[in-house]
Amino acid sequence: MSDKSKYQVDENGMYGRFGGAFIPEMLQPNIDNLKKVYLDIINSEAFQKEYKSLLKDYVGRPSPLYLAKRLSAKYNTNVYLKREDLNHTGAHKVNNTIGQILIAKHMGKERIIAETGAGQHGVATATACALMGLKCVVYMGEVDIKRQAPNVARMKMLGAEVKAAKSGSKTLKDATNEALRDWICNPEDTFYLIGSVVGPHPYPDMVARLQAIISEEIAWQIKEQTDKEYPDYVIACVGGGSNAAGSFYHFLDDERVKLIAVEASGMGVDSGETAATIAMGDLGVIHGSKTYLMQSDDGQITEPYSISAGLDYPGIGPIHAHLHDTKRASIISATDQEALDSALELTQLEGIIPALESSHALAALGKMKFKPDDAVVITISGRGDKDMETYMNRFGF
Amino acid sequence: MNRIQKLLQEKKKIFSAYYTAGHPQLEDTLPILEALQEAGTDLVEVGMPFSDPLADGPTIQKSSEEALENGMSIKKLFEQIKEMRKTIDMPIVLMGYFNPVFKYGVEAFVAKCKEVGVDGVILPDLPFDEYKDKYQQLFEDANISNIFLITPQTPDERIKLIDANSNGFIYMVSSAAVTGAKSGLSDQQLTYFNRVNNLGLKTPRIIGFGISNKETFTTACQYASGAIVGSAFVKLLAEKGADKTAINDFVKSIKDTSE
Repeated sequence: MSDKSKYQVDENGMYGRFGGAFIPEMLQPNIDNLKKVYLDIINSEAFQKEYKSLLKDYVGRPSPLYLAKRLSAKYNTNVYLKREDLNHTGAHKVNNTIGQILIAKHMGKERIIAETGAGQHGVATATACALMGLKCVVYMGEVDIKRQAPNVARMKMLGAEVKAAKSGSKTLKDATNEALRDWICNPEDTFYLIGSVVGPHPYPDMVARLQAIISEEIAWQIKEQTDKEYPDYVIACVGGGSNAAGSFYHFLDDERVKLIAVEASGMGVDSGETAATIAMGDLGVIHGSKTYLMQSDDGQITEPYSISAGLDYPGIGPIHAHLHDTKRASIISATDQEALDSALELTQLEGIIPALESSHALAALGKMKFKPDDAVVITISGRGDKDMETYMNRFGF
Repeated sequence: MNRIQKLLQEKKKIFSAYYTAGHPQLEDTLPILEALQEAGTDLVEVGMPFSDPLADGPTIQKSSEEALENGMSIKKLFEQIKEMRKTIDMPIVLMGYFNPVFKYGVEAFVAKCKEVGVDGVILPDLPFDEYKDKYQQLFEDANISNIFLITPQTPDERIKLIDANSNGFIYMVSSAAVTGAKSGLSDQQLTYFNRVNNLGLKTPRIIGFGISNKETFTTACQYASGAIVGSAFVKLLAEKGADKTAINDFVKSIKDTSE
């Protein structure tokens, strides 16, 4: 695909009017340095060889594209599930951490820092660091540390140091602030491994490129399994939006493919307890990127709510803000209850327990009209093991 | 010429203080300003609190959180300082993160700064290129100085570019750190100050980060036009409140009065 796509980042790090690098001068050299080298590294033969080989033999790619027959029958269409839940560590996050860890190694960095909300990106980062023998520090909100004890233990077992973010709302956005502060204080030896298509340029583009493997596979798998040249729909959930960016990437310029991103609306878009950034947010700057975000009238960033810890980010990746603005993608939303219903439905129709995040994408099935011959691809970004406590409480198992 | 330019032309060893508006109490903003002036402060940076202050250490983070809980906002701040020029002669700089200013509206913000007599603005996360493309004319027309930061990692070429586009002072961050993280100045930092001084810049520098007492202030003044005390002052306010005597003692304990 051409780099000149109108849906891709431009030479100034912008997706239309979104993106950029709104960072204090202290971070400028780090960002400039990364900007200078990331494309050359990613495009180099050495990187591609190592990355692809790890994705195959370590992560277990390609992930299957599975025709969910009973789910398809229910919605009278053809639902294909892109099974990122079958990756090593149980989610799409590892595609990105394996890629960035190789970039960090190429840059000669010795220490990796990361932010995490529910702990999935933290675990995927700690995994990549263990694999490469690099020092790993993961920042996690104090509130999240208490809520996500198993993932904290996994990170520690993998050799990572988990540091509590104690400022602000003590959740993901504050963990991100803490990681950025660490990077300000350790500009030389440290690489900041961001978990989504957020943050200052070049992070959104770098992470999108590393997650693009998802759509690269969907493109050939759909040809292999159907008589179609392309899927009619690609549907993914969006918080920061890395699995959606990866699922859309190779279809961005093929406008025959309809792209649907599903935000988490929590208790409902207008309830005040929501993470539906596109529906409720407005333009601003968060973590170095100009995008839609949830904020007060005074420009203070507000804490979002969703039952899914992976979707309750107050901003959204600039690529998705741009896809929304240009109407290239439709951004819809699903509530906590709709996601829970979809999780139970998939589990009992197909024997797959999805993550709560992915369940938001599945909820699109009940909200849209599909034709009997449509090929509808839904990315199952992660598996539901981590959400069993919520499922137990909500379903009374 | 605005008050910042005038001060820097006339004076060396400039003592500058930072505090967060609306902290420790919502209505302390103006009384603190008056107490600082009375104590002999040359220039003040008034912080506009933000929910996500990513370049700040725990002290200023906490003051920002408390100020927001108290009900501080840019709107409220402009109300509090709308008549400050009746009593305040010092140059006043507003310092904060870009998002609240963007939300307020940059044009409206600059107009309001001019109206109430603010002389300069520091927005650490407003990128140089964005400023130049979209806002430089606006700031210059209003005679408001936009203050840029430089750090030990900033390349010489970029420092020169920043110098060429500055008209107040350059905020020389003393080390790779967030605010309040380090105290004291090392040989390595002094080497950096010397390197910058040898670039022949037109814009005067004021050093900030790591300036907390007389010793660090005096040293910093040997390498720049002055220095800024931030976290140490915010800590004092958190402990003692906006107490006139405490503020006076604090300023006098640091300020270099020798000629």
